[in-house]
Amino acid sequence: MEKSLKIAIKELNFFYRDFKALTDISLDVYAHEVTAFIGPSGCGKSTLLRCLNRMNDLISYRRIEGKILLDDQNIYDPNVDVVSLRRRIGMVFQKPNPFPKSIFENVAYGMRVNGFKDKAYMAQQVETTLKSAALWDEVKDRIHESALGLSGGQQQRLCIARAMAVEPDVLLMDEPCSALDPIATQKIEELIHQLKETYTIIIVTHNMQQAARVSDITAFFYLGELVETDKTNTIFTRPKLRQTEDYITGRFG
Amino acid sequence: MFKNSNHVQGRRKLLQFIMFGFFRVSAAINGIALLAIFYFLVSRGWRAITWTFLTQPPIDSMTKGGILPCIVGTVCLSLGAIILAIPIGVASAIYLNEYTFQGRVLRMIRLGINNLAGVPSIVFGLFGLAFFVVYLKMGVSILAGAFTLAVLTLPVIIGATEEGLRSVPDTYREASLGLGATKWQTIYRVVLPAALPGILTGGILGLSRAAGETAPIMFTAAAFFTPSLPSSIFDEVMALPYHIYVLATAGTEIEATRHLQYGTALVLIFLVLGLNLMAIIYRARLQKRR
Repeated sequence: MEKSLKIAIKELNFFYRDFKALTDISLDVYAHEVTAFIGPSGCGKSTLLRCLNRMNDLISYRRIEGKILLDDQNIYDPNVDVVSLRRRIGMVFQKPNPFPKSIFENVAYGMRVNGFKDKAYMAQQVETTLKSAALWDEVKDRIHESALGLSGGQQQRLCIARAMAVEPDVLLMDEPCSALDPIATQKIEELIHQLKETYTIIIVTHNMQQAARVSDITAFFYLGELVETDKTNTIFTRPKLRQTEDYITGRFG
Repeated sequence: MFKNSNHVQGRRKLLQFIMFGFFRVSAAINGIALLAIFYFLVSRGWRAITWTFLTQPPIDSMTKGGILPCIVGTVCLSLGAIILAIPIGVASAIYLNEYTFQGRVLRMIRLGINNLAGVPSIVFGLFGLAFFVVYLKMGVSILAGAFTLAVLTLPVIIGATEEGLRSVPDTYREASLGLGATKWQTIYRVVLPAALPGILTGGILGLSRAAGETAPIMFTAAAFFTPSLPSSIFDEVMALPYHIYVLATAGTEIEATRHLQYGTALVLIFLVLGLNLMAIIYRARLQKRR
């Protein structure tokens, strides 16, 4: 299968007030691949992730230079509608953050805000997405109960289902397993494997083994710069740079 | 063992004991003050509370009869004030908390609101007289009184709503925006429902405040005496706090009507308690439904 370019980051600089958080980032992300961002805390990987769906727009005193092309269109172009952009790029957060609503309403939320009214379609879509998030069997009997009653791992899979229900192209995951136990983590990782058939996935992780297990491409960041990027296999076995090697072997970071 | 000598240990324990005692006594004083007021009112006013007292208008120059018009008046005024103040207060709080980046303009508005909260209530009364009664030609009426009380309760409602909005985690907002919701959809569907208990608390506090105020309604809504119940929002009404004030200072038989004064105060307290209880039950049911 020929690789198709999904996202192209071009010479991106990002500032919080006077602090330069990202310097000259250029990176290509291909469709139906899992790209992992790794690097020590504060290296800018989460900031970059949040540039991709313009979540950073919410911060005051931020400035951004450069381009991010999604299917060849610059998402920072003034005439881009941020709301519909975010619908195409789903996001899963570090801590599971289901709304204080029922399981059903959590998944249906994205459809509701995007104007879907057809109840039968919505119920069908909720079931389908919960099944693809490998959660349906666990919750089908209590779908109208509060999502806050689920375990952390279930909540996170619900959040993934919620993101998928609006049928985005890209899924951004910001350390999705950092608040979960190993078994829940394993379930999410299996899920990521299945989801890349349908979605382009970018995952930020602190866990080197996780990056090695789930991703096709790994990008290593340090102090706001993209140090090295390559096939995950290559990065973890024959990194080009000493710095990368030191980090993945745990000698610093 | 650690190096602390027994002597030091003993001193630390003593200090601990003294401070705990101090905190306990402070808390107790609060409770006692409340109970004392309650006891005072009940012991002096309970004889006045009869079916007639609650269901009849005053007669014989307000030395006999009941206080029904005052009860109705106070309910109308405080509910009216809350109905007017909640939409404006909640909208202001949303603006301050959700739509603006922190900055100088915001600080100025906050300062204004805090100052509003510190203005003596008689000033609100005079403002209401000049603005609502005279300038907007509402006359001395429920409407003018409710507006005046609404302005008075706004800072309370804004403060509580802002507190409620701040307690909603940002991750809810981000999750909603990340799903392609607009800012307004996010506020309406996620943030406001999560903040509703806080907003209701503000409403409760505002209601209690509005029901108990005398000065703001003195020139804007309250009648010295009117035996009939209001038939529209343009009527003037009797009100419980003002009735107490009138009986205690300007009545024909100040000493002989003491028990009526305490009885009226008791009714006012129970009315506020009842209104609060309703709001609290509603809030509890909302929180359960999550």
